[in-house]
Amino acid sequence: MSSKVVTMADAVREHVRDGDTVVIEGFTHLICFAAGHEIIRQRKRNLVACRLTPDLIYDQMVAAGCVRKLVFSWAGNPGVGSLFGLRRAVEEGIPRKVEIEEYSHFGMVARFMAGASRLPFMHLQTFEGSDLPRKNKNIKFIRCPYTGKRLATVPALNPDVAIIHVQRADEEGNAQIWGLMGVQREAAFASKKVVIVAEELVSGDVIRADPNRTLIPGLIVAAVVIEPFAAHPSYALGYYDRDNDFYVEWAKVSKDQAGMERYLAEWVYGLPGRKEYKEKLGTEYVKKLEADNRPSGSVNYGF
Amino acid sequence: MADYTPSEMMVVRAARELKNGEVVFVGIGLPNVACNLARRLEAPELVLIYESGAVGAVPDRLPLSIGDPCLATDSISVCSMVEVFNYYLQGGLIDVGFLGGAQVDRFGNINSTVIGDYDRPKARLPGSGGACEIAIHAKKVIMVLKQSPKSFPEKIDFITSPGFIDEANSRRKFGFPGHGPSLIITDFGVYGFTKNTHEMILQEMYPGVTVKDVKANIGWGVKVSRRLETTVPPTDEELRIIRQDLDPGRIHLR
Repeated sequence: MSSKVVTMADAVREHVRDGDTVVIEGFTHLICFAAGHEIIRQRKRNLVACRLTPDLIYDQMVAAGCVRKLVFSWAGNPGVGSLFGLRRAVEEGIPRKVEIEEYSHFGMVARFMAGASRLPFMHLQTFEGSDLPRKNKNIKFIRCPYTGKRLATVPALNPDVAIIHVQRADEEGNAQIWGLMGVQREAAFASKKVVIVAEELVSGDVIRADPNRTLIPGLIVAAVVIEPFAAHPSYALGYYDRDNDFYVEWAKVSKDQAGMERYLAEWVYGLPGRKEYKEKLGTEYVKKLEADNRPSGSVNYGF
Repeated sequence: MADYTPSEMMVVRAARELKNGEVVFVGIGLPNVACNLARRLEAPELVLIYESGAVGAVPDRLPLSIGDPCLATDSISVCSMVEVFNYYLQGGLIDVGFLGGAQVDRFGNINSTVIGDYDRPKARLPGSGGACEIAIHAKKVIMVLKQSPKSFPEKIDFITSPGFIDEANSRRKFGFPGHGPSLIITDFGVYGFTKNTHEMILQEMYPGVTVKDVKANIGWGVKVSRRLETTVPPTDEELRIIRQDLDPGRIHLR
């Protein structure tokens, strides 16, 4: 098989179209900020942005006017407070009105499970007694045909494109993740196209030496981007730590639209890509986030 | 006895509620501090499960978020969120769920979605996250939040996560596996719920707090237990662990 390795700019240009339903997954861990920045730089518009936890990168994409609709289950700055860009869009229509479609985490997980299984919906026990179904007509209830028990249902979510950040991948897109895995596997299998962004390019032999760690097979991958440090201020276990100070600081940076725009001008529009972003942060800053050495034991795959 | 803040009292009181060996679904903020305090004191075998997929986490720094790297390192298992919600939570393995929110009503229903009208919000809040299903499935739910007439109004603007729902306890009608809210820990004291009408009842007050203070900071004429107790203040050891080890930067206990 031939190499799928391309640049971030080419991957976003080719695989993210205006109006697409896009998911950049990653639950705190492995959130691909670099892809979000490239989407902003290329001025993509009218995206339906899906994610359990929109996080700072969707805050930026919303504030940059890329997003028409947000599909989510928890929209905040974890441990810190609000996402002000998103709140401005929802509460005041700045820079544009953003429609929201809201679930719980379990609801979003189930939507990706249905999507990945190519089933029309998934059933689960939640939402009863909550006002969420009143405001989101996609949440419905059925009777179990075997027990008569009432269960909630959510429709499959099948995004046009998933962008998934991983620690390492080979050039065919066989991708390995360790540490928190969130719902990346389901988001990838649910999507029509998958772009893998990896900290590190490895040979196929490295992947085959530890197949249990392969979360996403190259089989479903359209493009591979090799982009170290692409998750900052999120993190990649074994590579660099979460930049918690950045998350705390973000509340001040993004509090008003002018501050948000200053940030986007300086750190997104003003830079060609992630390499320059990392350089701008400076070696000392980056060095502080470097992961310590905690290798796992190895196992014998012999037979 | 050292001085302490209301937040520290809340964390300490919540930590004392956890029993060794219990399986706890940990939320961000104060509950996170409380669980990690309990683990260092009376409940070293507390099993901490985070919705990010960390099972049996032993964080050696206080995680700012529930997806902090320190939760994966040295944990018993790291699983996907499909497993966390289907097998652990819906599977009935969670003893205690911790929840917070912007508003709580007398039946322990929680709003973490919106202040004002949903379609024309005064303030848009983060939303459910895993709270709605934790409220339904955890065997018991403990809530930790600060008390004011705004956070405990007569009627909340939106039910994100069901408590007892109403005085008839409609949880039973819906067949929820979990028993519902057991305690609400605020910065004034601790509430349980009445057996008959499933509404909040003040059971404990912190040292220095009066019933008048409590009633001035809640949106309805709340019931007060005839066996009202005074909460034991934080010990020096509890405060030392919180201040030196768990939250030296005062990020959560600001």
